[in-house]
Amino acid sequence: MTDGSADGGDSLDADEHAPEAGTLYDQARWTDDGEYEPLLSEKDATEVAIGEDSPLPDDLTRDSLELPGLAEPELARHYTRLSQMNYGVDSGPFPLGSCTMKYNPKFTEQAAADPNAAVHPDRSAGSVQGTLEVQAQLQDYLGRIGGMDAVTLQPPAGAAGEFTGIRIASAYHEANGEDRSEVIIPDSAHGTNFATAAMAGFDVVELPSAEDGRVDLEALEAAVGDDTAALMLTNPNTLGLFERDIEEIAALVHDAGGLLYYDGANLNALLGRARPGDMGFDVMHYNVHKTFATPHGGGGPGAGPVGVVEELAPFLPTPHVREQPDGSGYERYEPDQSIGKVHGFSGNWLVLVRAWAYIARLGDEGLADASAKAVLNANYLAERIDYEVPYGPFHHEFVASAGDQDAADAAKRMLDYGVHPPTTKWPEIVDEALMTEPTEAETRGSLDDLAAAFNAVSAEDDATLEAAPERTAARRIDQVSAAREPRLSWQALDD
Amino acid sequence: MCERPIGSAITPDGEAISYDTRGTLMTRRTRGSPYAPQDAADTEAMLAAVGADSEEDLFDIPESVRFDGAFDIDARSERAVRRQVERTLGRNDDLTEFMGRGHYDHYVPALVDDLSSRQEFLTSYTQYQPEVAQGFLQALFEYQSMLVELTGLGVANCSMYDAASALGEAATLSQRVRSVSGDRILVPDQLRDGKREVLEQYAAGPDLRVESYPTAAGTVDVDGLAAALDDDAAMVYAENPTVCGAVEESLDAVGELADDHDALFVLGSDPVALALLERPADVGADVVVGEASALGVGSAYGMGMGIFATREEYLRQVPGRLVGVSGDATGRRAFTLTLQTREQHIRKERATSNICTNQAWVALRTAIHVATLGPDGLVDLAEDCVRLAADLADRLDDVSGVIAPVHDRYHFREFQAKTDQPAAAVASDLEAEGFAVHVVGDHRIQVCVTDANEPEMDRFVDAVAEVA
Ligand SMILES: Cc1ncc(COP(=O)(O)O)c(C=O)c1O
Repeated sequence: MTDGSADGGDSLDADEHAPEAGTLYDQARWTDDGEYEPLLSEKDATEVAIGEDSPLPDDLTRDSLELPGLAEPELARHYTRLSQMNYGVDSGPFPLGSCTMKYNPKFTEQAAADPNAAVHPDRSAGSVQGTLEVQAQLQDYLGRIGGMDAVTLQPPAGAAGEFTGIRIASAYHEANGEDRSEVIIPDSAHGTNFATAAMAGFDVVELPSAEDGRVDLEALEAAVGDDTAALMLTNPNTLGLFERDIEEIAALVHDAGGLLYYDGANLNALLGRARPGDMGFDVMHYNVHKTFATPHGGGGPGAGPVGVVEELAPFLPTPHVREQPDGSGYERYEPDQSIGKVHGFSGNWLVLVRAWAYIARLGDEGLADASAKAVLNANYLAERIDYEVPYGPFHHEFVASAGDQDAADAAKRMLDYGVHPPTTKWPEIVDEALMTEPTEAETRGSLDDLAAAFNAVSAEDDATLEAAPERTAARRIDQVSAAREPRLSWQALDD
Repeated sequence: MCERPIGSAITPDGEAISYDTRGTLMTRRTRGSPYAPQDAADTEAMLAAVGADSEEDLFDIPESVRFDGAFDIDARSERAVRRQVERTLGRNDDLTEFMGRGHYDHYVPALVDDLSSRQEFLTSYTQYQPEVAQGFLQALFEYQSMLVELTGLGVANCSMYDAASALGEAATLSQRVRSVSGDRILVPDQLRDGKREVLEQYAAGPDLRVESYPTAAGTVDVDGLAAALDDDAAMVYAENPTVCGAVEESLDAVGELADDHDALFVLGSDPVALALLERPADVGADVVVGEASALGVGSAYGMGMGIFATREEYLRQVPGRLVGVSGDATGRRAFTLTLQTREQHIRKERATSNICTNQAWVALRTAIHVATLGPDGLVDLAEDCVRLAADLADRLDDVSGVIAPVHDRYHFREFQAKTDQPAAAVASDLEAEGFAVHVVGDHRIQVCVTDANEPEMDRFVDAVAEVA
């Protein structure tokens, strides 16, 4: 028996801690015989034998295949119910710090669905002039926005962009006959920066932050040297603070012979006001699923184009796209000292089409306004919440401290107020961090609701927080047992 | 892109707009982003609340690095951008593609587009708050389970960027597995260039050597592989089907050879092929990588999604995200990302990979596509890939000046054909006839046929007869 109401008639409707006011939220919750929406495999399991009429001899085939065999109406219902048990940007505020969960304009979906976008990546350049023109134009747009001389669209995500950038730095030093083994990264940086440097074969030198939350110039001076391949930095940093000493930082790194890498995750703070290229960065990635509004898709796909200064352009991945010198069309070519490919084909093309459409729609004024409103929204929200925000002045995001509360518990409780909580417990420089990035897409009214949610939670006791969430599709999920006894497929449930 | 506005006006609220000849609104120089909803009164009130005089006051950027230039990108109306997309992409020639080599076009059922486009899926984030993300987590768990069934291996992650990066990740995994030593990564000499280059990118950091072993007639040359192997081999990679579409016949032998040298056996495939061809677990594969987007996406200029499946014993070395089962406070079964201590946000430079954003939404689409086909539909589709390739090869072989297939093997979706004419000329003449194929040698083309282009097969054969 299926029960589609919000209360399953038992402990699901326990509502001891019902929020008293403001936006209330009950996420749809489907249950069946006391469990949530069944798995496809529980709805049907059909085994097909690979038989006599197979076009292959049986020593080249498997014996059988067992999968759910459901009709279209059943699947439509299954996935619709699953979608109802999922929270998206259009559901409500999504102030997840560092992730820039801004509104994803619907028309960009239609742009990506253009039938002429659906071409094979190995088509001759002459037969895909439209695609190459979009690529060339997006490269050009991004170059202008970041103050970079050349841009590749190939990396499929931010971390892949970092890897591309660090591989470029590596090739550049090697071409200069230098052997540099270290990448310097501030302790407040995103985990991908560290992992990327290690994956590319570098030793990571972690830089402690100064008291004001920014790069400690003395520590940097002590860290840079002949072994420095690059410093990876995001600006504003993960606390939302602009690295005011960026020119000195650049000089220190450049004087030591290193390169300056810009992690573009926070570019939404700066559009039209400052450009990494003008600050002395040599190589950067753009995070189009953040800054340029392409949907996050439950974790991906994104795209992480990489921009470089002139000197590094010969190292860009192949193929690169450019307008033909005689202006007759667009071509692919291999840059002189290319590091090779960083994606099997041309990256996440359909994501790039969306980004191109978004940038073209907004133009200079729209982009600049997006940043202005993102920064205004963050400041307004911070002003209205009771939690302390230890570092400032911040830009598009701020990191509040949950103080005596556990940030992860506070976040769970926020779910009951119909909002997605901030990123928690990172960066570690703030105790019980609530890293909050409302983006430009929230109205003043929804920021007020969001602030009300923060404030309600900040006034609640630990018992309430620990019992949260109560109004979501599932209640608090036990992380420990998930990891202790991993069950990662429906096959594993039968054991 | 180059249309000129012929009329312009200033609207009452101060927007500068312009029109083209048909009166379509072309550009709208808004003073702001159409997706930032604060009006002037709100902005003023909010500025007052934070004690700032203007938005500019909120930016703590030293004068010397402020940007006061322009991007020179004109804002446009939604209609104008859409028209620009249509016009620009409309410059792509409308060719019927008979192309594969790692990027495949199978018909994608409407259900996939419709369900995956639901905003709750499309606009959501990585499931760091599983209590409000049960739907996506369950869909990813179901995707992982489908891959477990298809590969026979115990663990599948919920996506890598593409087949090439998954192969690179497999190579780095071979370094972390205790039973394997060595630094040689052996790949078939015919491996697609793009894949090999990405693999080399991953191999550079840990100083792995990527080396080729020989193939014969489009599949592994087992003696050649045996000769190439020594105890420095950390990994042996093979594909089924191979890059030229041949069904690999020596997987057992490859698996045994790898095992003899304590090397990891990594097999490349895709979900359609896996539904019919030998089950990787049965031939001793330790890892399966490949292009899952053969289902769920269709032609997308190479946008894909990497499979990564492996044996349970390597679970803690798996790159990327894993969805597992747990219980919630009511005791009901619930899903969550798990074993995150492998990942960059916790383990930093000691993570198994730097991957963060992955291809989750593509995994959702692939899963819906698999579910829509069901086991019967999926096996039928796979069998058709064998039949269609054989049928088309036969028909091309009847064309004078063409020998197909080149390799005396069973084929899956695609095969190579020898042409008396230079292949480049054949391909370009075919373009003029409205078809696209791969050129893979001076006198060799590669042709791929699936349910998507099958209806055009007759016309294609006629066109080849015309130009060959
Ligand atoms: C500061 C920062 N850097 C890098 C990344 C990595 O980007 P991606 O997830 O696109 O790989 C992120 C994403 O979460 C980030 O917040």
